[in-house]
Amino acid sequence: MYNPAGSALEDGTAVLQPVLDVRNLTVTYRTDKGPLDIVRNVSLQVAPGEIYGLVGESGSGKTTLARAVVRYLAANGSLTADTLKLGDTDLLTLSRAEMRKVWGSRITMVHQDPGAAVNPSIPVGEQIAEVARVHLHLSPGEARKKALEMLGLVRMPDPESVARRYAHQLSGGMLQRVLIATAMATNPELMIMDEPTTALDVTTEAVILDLLNELMTDYNTAILYITHNLGVVARICSRIGVMYAGEIMEEGPVKKVFRSRLHPYTRGLLGSVPRVDASKKDVHLKAITGQIPRPEELPEGCIFSPRCELAEGDCLIARPPLVQADGDHYTACRRWQELLHLKEKEQHEGPVRGAYDSAKGPLVLEAREIKKHFRSSGGLSSLFSRESGPIKAVDDMSVRLRGGFTMGIVGESGCGKTTFARCLAGLEEATSGEIALEGVTLPYSVNRRKQSDLKKIQMVFQNPDASLNPQHQAGVSVARPLILLGGMNRSEVRSRVRELFRAVNLPEDYIYRLPHELSGGEKQRVAIARAFAADPILMLCDEPISALDVSVQASLINLLAELQEKNETAYLFISHDLAAVRHISDWIAVVYLGRLWEVGSADDVFVPPYHPYTEALLSAIPVPDPEVSQEQIRLRGSVPSAVNIPSGCRFHTRCPRKIGPICEEKEPPWQESGFHHKICCHIPLPRLKEMQGKGCFFNSSAEGEEC
Amino acid sequence: MALYLLRRLGFIFLTLLLASIIIFSITQFLPGDVAQMVLGQFATEVAIENLREELGLNLPLHIQYLNWAAGFITGDWGDSLVSRMPVQPMVMQRLGNSAMLAGVAIMIYVPLGIALGVIAALKRDRYPDQAITAVSMAFVGLPEFVTGLLLIAIFAIGLGWLPANSSIDPGSNFVQAFPYLILPAITVSLTGLGYIARMTRSGTIDVLDTDYIRAAELKGLPAAQVLLRHVLRNALLPTVTVVAMGIGWLLGGLIVTETVFGYPGLGRLLVYGIQRRDLPLIQAGSMIVVAVYSLSNLAADIIYGLLNPRIRLGR
Ligand code: SF4
Ligand code: SF4
Repeated sequence: MYNPAGSALEDGTAVLQPVLDVRNLTVTYRTDKGPLDIVRNVSLQVAPGEIYGLVGESGSGKTTLARAVVRYLAANGSLTADTLKLGDTDLLTLSRAEMRKVWGSRITMVHQDPGAAVNPSIPVGEQIAEVARVHLHLSPGEARKKALEMLGLVRMPDPESVARRYAHQLSGGMLQRVLIATAMATNPELMIMDEPTTALDVTTEAVILDLLNELMTDYNTAILYITHNLGVVARICSRIGVMYAGEIMEEGPVKKVFRSRLHPYTRGLLGSVPRVDASKKDVHLKAITGQIPRPEELPEGCIFSPRCELAEGDCLIARPPLVQADGDHYTACRRWQELLHLKEKEQHEGPVRGAYDSAKGPLVLEAREIKKHFRSSGGLSSLFSRESGPIKAVDDMSVRLRGGFTMGIVGESGCGKTTFARCLAGLEEATSGEIALEGVTLPYSVNRRKQSDLKKIQMVFQNPDASLNPQHQAGVSVARPLILLGGMNRSEVRSRVRELFRAVNLPEDYIYRLPHELSGGEKQRVAIARAFAADPILMLCDEPISALDVSVQASLINLLAELQEKNETAYLFISHDLAAVRHISDWIAVVYLGRLWEVGSADDVFVPPYHPYTEALLSAIPVPDPEVSQEQIRLRGSVPSAVNIPSGCRFHTRCPRKIGPICEEKEPPWQESGFHHKICCHIPLPRLKEMQGKGCFFNSSAEGEEC
Repeated sequence: MALYLLRRLGFIFLTLLLASIIIFSITQFLPGDVAQMVLGQFATEVAIENLREELGLNLPLHIQYLNWAAGFITGDWGDSLVSRMPVQPMVMQRLGNSAMLAGVAIMIYVPLGIALGVIAALKRDRYPDQAITAVSMAFVGLPEFVTGLLLIAIFAIGLGWLPANSSIDPGSNFVQAFPYLILPAITVSLTGLGYIARMTRSGTIDVLDTDYIRAAELKGLPAAQVLLRHVLRNALLPTVTVVAMGIGWLLGGLIVTETVFGYPGLGRLLVYGIQRRDLPLIQAGSMIVVAVYSLSNLAADIIYGLLNPRIRLGR
C-alpha cells in the first residue's frame, strides 16, 4: 500500500517527527459471523501542535480507530499494524501495565458526552487532581493546586468553587472544560477527542472550539479530533482524514480537501450538509444514496462504489489505494483527476416559494400567548433541596402559520421549543393561551380533541422508535392511523400504504419489515409516512433529522420539502441545527427561555439587523468551509434556569450587546423591520444594523468568489 | 430537609396508625374467646364474664381500640394474658435479642455479599460469576431449617465447636450471648447473602459499563483505584437500600431460624403470642415490627441521599 507518511517526509512538508505514527493499522473483531475487520490499513500521522480532524459517519470506524490507537479495545477485538508509535515509543510492544502509564499522561482522551464521562459522585476538582497525583507524582496538596490551575487555564469562572462541585451541578459546557482540563493536566503529547462537542449546544460548542484554538498556541499537544461535523473541522483543524467504512478515503490539509474534494464521498458529504449561509433557493442538497456497507458485506472493489455516481467497471475489480494527488493531499479514488475538473451543479431547478408569497396560503395555525408552567416534582430529591417555584418552560409564545409554509423554531436546548410543540399537539396541556387550527379553537389536551382535529396535526419525533411499534411491521404502523381515523376499507388502506411508502421513497417490500430491520433513516421515513397517512394540515417536526448521519439528513430534508410542496402542509420545524432550519424554513422564530425574540422570513432573520441572540447563534455555527470567516460573538455561561427567569430582557445575563441597566429593568419592545420581521430588543434597529455590519459570514479569501 | 423529614415521619405515623387498625381488627377475628382461652375449658360462666369485664372486652370495639392505642402511645402496652406480666419489657427484651442476632448476621453477610457481588461482576459470565450466582441462589432457595440443621450437625454435633442450642438467658449481654449467636447468624446470612450479592453484582456491572469508568481507566489510574474509588462508590448505592430493607426482616421475620436454634428473638415471641391468643402481646409485637420496617426504610432513603450527591445537593 502507498505510504503517505514516508513521502510527506520526503517532500519536506512534515519534517517534524510525528507525535503519532500509525501505519497499516487493522482492527479485527471476533463476532458470531466470524472475524470482521472494522478498520483496515489505516495510516495517519499527527504532528506536534497539529489538530488532525478525523471525519466520518456512524459506522465509519473512527471511534474504533481511536480506541485502537490507545490499545483499549473490547475483549473480542485485536489489532495489527506495521507501526503504532507515540514519539519514539512503540505502543505495540507495551504491556497493559505499561499502557496504563501512557494513558492519562502521554495520551489523554476527551469523550463525547461530558455528562456521562465525569464520575457523578466525586467532586470534579478531585477528578483532575487524581491524575496529577498518579502521573505527576504530586502530593495531595500540590495536586489540588494543579487542579485549580488547570480549571483556570480552561477559563472556568471561579475554579475554587467549581472544583468542589459534582457533575450534576455543572452544565455540559463546563463539564467538557473539566474533561479538557483533566486531559491537559499532564501536558500530554497527544490528546484524542471523540466528538467532544456533539452533545453540546452550538453556542457552547463555539466557546469550546475557541478554547482549543487558544490552548494550542501555548501547548505543543497534538490533537486527534474525531467528529462527523465538517463545520467543526473547517473551523479548527489543520489536516483532515475522511473515513468511510473503516478506511481513509481522502486526506490532506483542510483547505485543499475542502476546495478540491478529490473523492466522491467527500463531495457527497459536503454537498449534503445544509449551510447556514445559503438557503434552499441557493443550493439543492444532494443526498448520498444508499448506506455504509456492513463490514461483513464489503464490496470487492472500491468500498464506496455502490453509492458512487462515478463508479465504472474498473472500480469494482480492485480496491483503489490511497494515492498522492497533490503534495500532501491523498485520495483513494481512481478517478480523482477527472474530479479536479468536474464542477458540481448546485443550482436548484424549478421555482421555490419564499416567505413573501405568504399572504396566499390559508391560515392553518394560530397559537396565541401559549404558556406552559410545570410544577417542580417532589420525591426523594426534595429531601435535600431548597424551595422551588414553577418551571416556566414556555412563557408566552405566539405563532401564526399558513398552509404550505415552514416555520423553523430555533434556540438552545432547554429553551422550550419542544414543550411548545408538544402543547400544540396536545401531548402536554398548555397552562394558558389559545390554540386555533383553521380558525377553530382546540382544547389543550389531546384527549378532549375531536377525531377530525387529531388527524390534522401530526408529529414527527427525533427518535422514530417513539412512533413505531417494535413488534409491528412497518406497513402496519403506517396503516394504523388510516384505520383509526379514516373509515377506509381494507383494500383502500392497503393501496394507500403502498402509495405512502412510494412517497417516502421506500421500496414496497419494506412494508413487511420490522423496525429493527430498518436503518435509522429508513425508520424516520416510515415515521414520516405514518404522519402523512392521516393527511395532516400541520406537521410538527421535532428535531426529525438530528439523530441521523449527514448523508441521510439531506435526503430527509429533501423528502420533507417535496411532500410539503405536494400536500400544501404547514410545517413547524424544530431544530437546534440552524443550518437545517435555514434550509427548509420560510419563516424562522428564535426562542430563548420560553419566549420568542425574533420572528421573520428566513432571509430577513439571517441578515442584519438581527436580535443579539440570533446573532450569537449564527456566529457560533461552524460553517463547513475553511475560507469563510465568521464574526466571533460568544455567549457566556449557559441558559439560566426556567425557574428563576432574569428580569427585564431575559437575555441580559448573557447578551454581548447589552446596553445598560434598562436591559435588566424593562422588558424590551417589539420593533418592526420590513416584511413581518420583528425583533424584541431595546436597541433601535438602525443602531443594531450599524453594529452588526455586513453580518456573520464573510469569505476571507475574495469576497463572493466561490460561496 | 427538615420539612422532608417531617413529612416522612408523618407518613410513618400514618402507616403505624393504619397498621394498628389492621392488627387490632385481625386480632378480633382470631377464633376463640380470649377469656375462655385464659381460664381454660372448665371455667365457670361467671368467672369468664368477670374476666371479660376486667379486660374491657365488653366495651364497644372502637372504644377498645382507642383504649389500646392510647395505652400503646403512652407506653402502657398492657399485660400479657398468659403470664399476666407487662408486655413491654418482654417485647423490648426480645427486640434486643433480635438486634444482637441481626447485628452479627449483618456483619457477616453484607461484606461477604458485597465482595462476592463485585467478584461476580468483574468476572461477568465467566466461571467465578456462574459459581457465585449458582451457590448464592441455592442458599436463597434452601429453607432455613435445612441450612440451620446442617450447620448444627456439622459444627455443634460433629465438631463440637459451637452450641447447638441458642436459648440464651434473658438479659444476657452481647459478650455472653456471642457464641450462641454464631450459628443462627450464619444460617440467616446464607439466605441474605444471595440478595446482597445479586444487587451488588448488577449495580457493579451497570457502573463498569459507564463512560466515566472507561474515562477513569483511560486516565491511567491504577486498577485498584478505579475499582475502589470510581466503581464501588456508585455501584453500592442500590445495595444500601437492600441492606436497610433487610433489617426489618432480621428483626421480625426470623421465625424459622429462631425456632430451629431455640433463640429467644422477637419472631418467636410473636408466634408464641399467636398460639396462645395473647392479644396484647401480638398487638405490641406486630406494631414494633411495623415500626422497625418503616424506620429502616426511612434510614435507607436518607443514607442513599447522603451518599448520592445528586440528591444531597439537589440540582
Ligand atoms: S474509485 Fe470509482 S467507485 Fe470508488 S470513489 Fe472513485 S470513482 Fe467512485
Ligand atoms: S434588550 Fe438589551 S439585553 Fe436584551 S437583547 Fe437587547 S441589548 Fe441585549
